[in-house]
Amino acid sequence: MGYAICSVFLLALLAPGLTRIAKPVSGWLMAALPLTLCVYFLSMLDATAGGLTLQVTWPWLPDLGIRLSFFLDGLSLLFAVLVCGVGAVIMIYSADYLADHKCLGSFFLFLNLFMASMLGLVLADNLITLFVFWELTSLTSFFLIGFDHDRDKARSSALQALLVTGVGGLALLAGLILVGEAAGTLELSELLQSGDLIRQHAWYVPIVLLVATGAFAKSAQFPFHFWLPNAMEAPTPVSAYLHSATMVKAGIYLLLRLSPILGQTALWHGMLETVGGVTMLGSILMAIRQTDMKRLLAYTTISSLGTMVFLIGLDIPLSIAAAISYMLAHVLYKASLFLITGIIDHATGSRDLSALGGLFGKMPVIGLVAILAALSMAGAAPFLGFVGKELFYEVVLMAPRAAPLSILAALLTSIFMVTSAALLTVRPFFGPARSDRLPHGPVATNLWLGPLLLAGAGTLAGVFIGIIDKSLLAPAVSAVQPGHSVKPLALWHGFTPVLAFSILTLASGIAVYFRCDWYRAWTENWSRRHHYGAETCYERLYSGLFTIASRLTLIIQNGRLRNYLLTVFISATVLVSSTLLWNGGIRFPTVWTSVNFGDLILAGIILAAAYVTSRVGHRLVAIVAMGVIGYGIALIFAQLGAPDLAMTQFSIETMTVLLFILIFHRLPLFSRLAPRRAMRFDAVVATAAGLLMTALTLAAVSGPTDKRLADFFAKQSVPAAHGRNIVNTILVDFRALDTLGEIAVLGMAGVGVWALLKLWPKERRKP
Amino acid sequence: MGPFETVAKGKKKAMRSIILSTAARFLMPMILLFSAFLLLRGHNLPGGGFVGGLIAAAAFGLYLLAFDVQETRRLLRIDPRTLVGLGLLVVLGSGLTGWFKGKPFLTALWGRYRLTGFLHIEIGTPLIFDAGIYLVVLGSAMTMLLALAEED
Repeated sequence: MGYAICSVFLLALLAPGLTRIAKPVSGWLMAALPLTLCVYFLSMLDATAGGLTLQVTWPWLPDLGIRLSFFLDGLSLLFAVLVCGVGAVIMIYSADYLADHKCLGSFFLFLNLFMASMLGLVLADNLITLFVFWELTSLTSFFLIGFDHDRDKARSSALQALLVTGVGGLALLAGLILVGEAAGTLELSELLQSGDLIRQHAWYVPIVLLVATGAFAKSAQFPFHFWLPNAMEAPTPVSAYLHSATMVKAGIYLLLRLSPILGQTALWHGMLETVGGVTMLGSILMAIRQTDMKRLLAYTTISSLGTMVFLIGLDIPLSIAAAISYMLAHVLYKASLFLITGIIDHATGSRDLSALGGLFGKMPVIGLVAILAALSMAGAAPFLGFVGKELFYEVVLMAPRAAPLSILAALLTSIFMVTSAALLTVRPFFGPARSDRLPHGPVATNLWLGPLLLAGAGTLAGVFIGIIDKSLLAPAVSAVQPGHSVKPLALWHGFTPVLAFSILTLASGIAVYFRCDWYRAWTENWSRRHHYGAETCYERLYSGLFTIASRLTLIIQNGRLRNYLLTVFISATVLVSSTLLWNGGIRFPTVWTSVNFGDLILAGIILAAAYVTSRVGHRLVAIVAMGVIGYGIALIFAQLGAPDLAMTQFSIETMTVLLFILIFHRLPLFSRLAPRRAMRFDAVVATAAGLLMTALTLAAVSGPTDKRLADFFAKQSVPAAHGRNIVNTILVDFRALDTLGEIAVLGMAGVGVWALLKLWPKERRKP
Repeated sequence: MGPFETVAKGKKKAMRSIILSTAARFLMPMILLFSAFLLLRGHNLPGGGFVGGLIAAAAFGLYLLAFDVQETRRLLRIDPRTLVGLGLLVVLGSGLTGWFKGKPFLTALWGRYRLTGFLHIEIGTPLIFDAGIYLVVLGSAMTMLLALAEED
């Protein structure tokens, strides 16, 4: 299981190379591994159906209780099969869809990275492991949304998705850490037994709020929903895979996974019902307005995700089964519809519903597949979507709270879903053909194969719902609700109120379809007068951040070296001296050692050089005087028995003088610009800083020195580090990690100077 | 282009002092040798990769003042930015050697080899680590010096 994830990561690394070598068959090459994994996971069906879970654990950070541990039960198996199965279809499709794109190799790299992360997410046992994979999916999603990075809109949408899901991710991390602290374990498999412990914990409310925020942001629930329609900037296979089938389902997965641990409280049910309900109804109302097929699909996806959240929140045993079957149906029909949209877009150059029409005669296979998928979306029998919607109604009719409101929301959502399905198929495929929007040629097999497989699976799963339920859905449900006996699913329930609702939904949905343009005009008019919503809020925050940052930069980094130095010295002096006084003042040494003649001469030279530096009117003289100070200090080091320090000080001084000489000729002529008052202030600050340093030095030598460290290094340097130079053994052995960090910073500084000098735009170099 | 040119702007290689360039040509190998000497003896006596790298950079800096950027680059052969990366990789490699032997990252490994008779030599990964520091320091300092000297 762990190796399954590793193998996909490995394939990701090989993907660019493989694509370059064998471009015509790259899609099939990429699909081979997910197909194999899909079969592998399906072979585990019997084990998980029997209630077994498989576990794999690799050590990672044992001191923090963080392990790279994975486990497979009914729920993770269902998701893993979907990730791999849909993934394989997407790979085959993408190779043809992006055949002309120059970066197909890196596309496969990111797509495989995403698939590996998604697999890791649904298989993770350790909460921190889960979080790492969770964030990896956000990151790869960023690269995939912004894949056509030449376009502004793609870049800003990618950033928006990253920021929104990233904020959710931070909340999730906090929530998961709290869960770990409260329960004393980070392993999901152990947490599943300690739900009561967490529900009664004082941190229960913050935990639920934080975790739910993470899940809502990822699954595009209100008020985080706006990133998903914008994410449609991604290439269509990405939208099909990440933004309808898998990544946005991660939030659903998390809520399902954690509902035995966090669920069964009023807070949990109330919040999920409210957010899910608002999202499913609100976004389906937005969906019908859209004319871009992809944006329409995106809004219906948000609505379906809302329905799933709503169902997970409902306080009825059957609702989990409803959520899971609704999800499976959604994955199959929605990915298929996305891929068909991509085909239409490719063939006609447009995905605008108002510009398309009459395509059925030109591409009948695609049209049939689209109808299959759309019928499942509308919830018609005998498709899987029908089962999902029947369960949805059945559960809502039993809703314990706010039943009339829930029923109304469910009914309206389903009706508009039918309308959306009709819009997506009737508009492009039937009606008068547009001569300017006709396909250029036949559609490649690799393109229509994927949607056909997905839509076909949705149909077959509906017909053979008994088998699917027993092998795939029921184990997933019992993983979430252990011990509950679930009633087997079936297509036909007899003449029940639910069936009446279904027929009513279909009929009204089609009726609404014919009134659709009127609704569009009305909402268009309305939205022109009202500009508010979650996205406006995001944009305000985003631009506000930039405004504040640029104002702050203007104040703090105004480009005057003098002010920088003043700030540094004043704050250092004030902070250090107040800390000193706070801790009981300074103790001065009681014993004064005698000073020899050499020291006095050195001190005299340094003082004289310092005076010259501050008084002289020529820059070159000042630099030389500064050098004298540095060399004087180096000599003091040498005299006090610190040859390493002295040598380093000497070389640093030399380098400083060298650097000064190099930039010297480009500085303006030396002149005293500051008024006398400012200079007097500078003198006060300088004196204060100098006095503080003197006081600190005196204080440092006044007390008895703690010799433990010095003794340790003196004793250990030869036996442990094989060296007699203690300074060097500390640098390269005892504290080698610090040194590694320091030289990394040094290297960065060098490259930074280079970048500042070389990458500055030419026209701005000389003001 | 050296810094002294500003005195006579526009004239390339103005102010090239024969004394300085001859001295630089003569001193250069000695200083470099000295820096290598400091690097090698650093573990037991004053010295080490940091100061060695600085002194090597000073040697190239002297050459830069005496000649010009192109000459110095030719002498250096490798772009100093590459040196920084190379040095970091060397340091990382020395740390990973212990890790591959199943010890914590950056654990030092030591080997004692007999040269002839009584002469033994003790070599360990810290020396490689120090060499990495040397390269990073040299590379970083030269990146700054050359960037400043080229800037015009």
